[in-house]
Amino acid sequence: MTTPAHLPTDSKTLSVRIWRGAAEGNFKTYQVPRNESQTILDIVTYVQRELDPTLSYRFACRVGMCGSCAMLVNGQARWTCRTHVSRVLDQSSTLEIAPLSNMPVIKDLATDMTVFFDKWAKAKGQFKGAKSRNDDFAQVRPDSPQRRAADAGIECIGCGICYSSCDVVAWRPDYLGPAALNRAWTLANDVRDTQQLERLKAIAGDAGCHACHSHFLCTERCPKAISPTAGIAGLKKKIGRMAVKGELE
Amino acid sequence: MNEDAIAQARAWYWQRISAMVLAVFVVIHLVVMMYAIRGGLSAAEILDRTQGSLLVGVFYGLFVLACAVHVPIGIAKILQEWGGASPRVASRLSQLFAAVIVIMGLAAVWGVSA
Repeated sequence: MTTPAHLPTDSKTLSVRIWRGAAEGNFKTYQVPRNESQTILDIVTYVQRELDPTLSYRFACRVGMCGSCAMLVNGQARWTCRTHVSRVLDQSSTLEIAPLSNMPVIKDLATDMTVFFDKWAKAKGQFKGAKSRNDDFAQVRPDSPQRRAADAGIECIGCGICYSSCDVVAWRPDYLGPAALNRAWTLANDVRDTQQLERLKAIAGDAGCHACHSHFLCTERCPKAISPTAGIAGLKKKIGRMAVKGELE
Repeated sequence: MNEDAIAQARAWYWQRISAMVLAVFVVIHLVVMMYAIRGGLSAAEILDRTQGSLLVGVFYGLFVLACAVHVPIGIAKILQEWGGASPRVASRLSQLFAAVIVIMGLAAVWGVSA
């Protein structure tokens, strides 16, 4: 293997710490060749293919579309496929890869995302319309305030980075979390949806949107540049006003 | 469960409204303090100005009430999230704290403005 010209000769190999085990476990150190344009996912794949085939991790598309390869890289939740090693080593001389936090670990770098997705269902994240295929299309103006509000949050691919980064999820395990609430916000702004009141009731209170402390970690870390914090703020205001007026009873 | 959630949504609303009140009151309080104390001020001089002042009584009376709404809601959340208290215990303790704020606060306001 040749070292690219711009890399110093002492950086031919990288020492990488990777979490092994489930809830109980420890970090194990691996020596991985340093390549140009190398991503964190490249490193994990190298370890599994060349050094230890028992390493478990999850990935699919490798290009930032599927959202399945999210892990903690030096303590920060990231898409490993879209994170260059050089970007992480700019800020730190060591590399540590761990499973996403706020979710149970199945094994090594793979987490159990069941609760995370159950919360989407709990937040009534399903679309329910009134029209059938025989009806004409609903017409929603692209420049209407509600369509714009929904647009701001619609690109979520459910990778779990926001949920893993959220302090409130760590403090309140029943808190629905930024991803489910972002989904609820896009639907609360969908004029075609017919279960608005049920949804707002489902996400009211401290297990719902009102527990958010606006730390903005979800917004800071979202690889799709969505701001769940903004959507949650909208939900808090809307539901808080309705609760005071008695419209949620 | 759902009634709890609605009560929590209401609590959020009143904490937000009381925060808006407090934001204005704190600014007025600080500006007045800085203006009044420029050359130093003794306790006797303060009481001389505040005693018998309806404006001072009403202003700080409302200040105390806004605190009594705002603070306990936050305390209950801190007790639950950082203290591991159950919602019931957190709610009882924060109500107690609200009572302390109202009694001590209004007693102090009465003391300086009556």
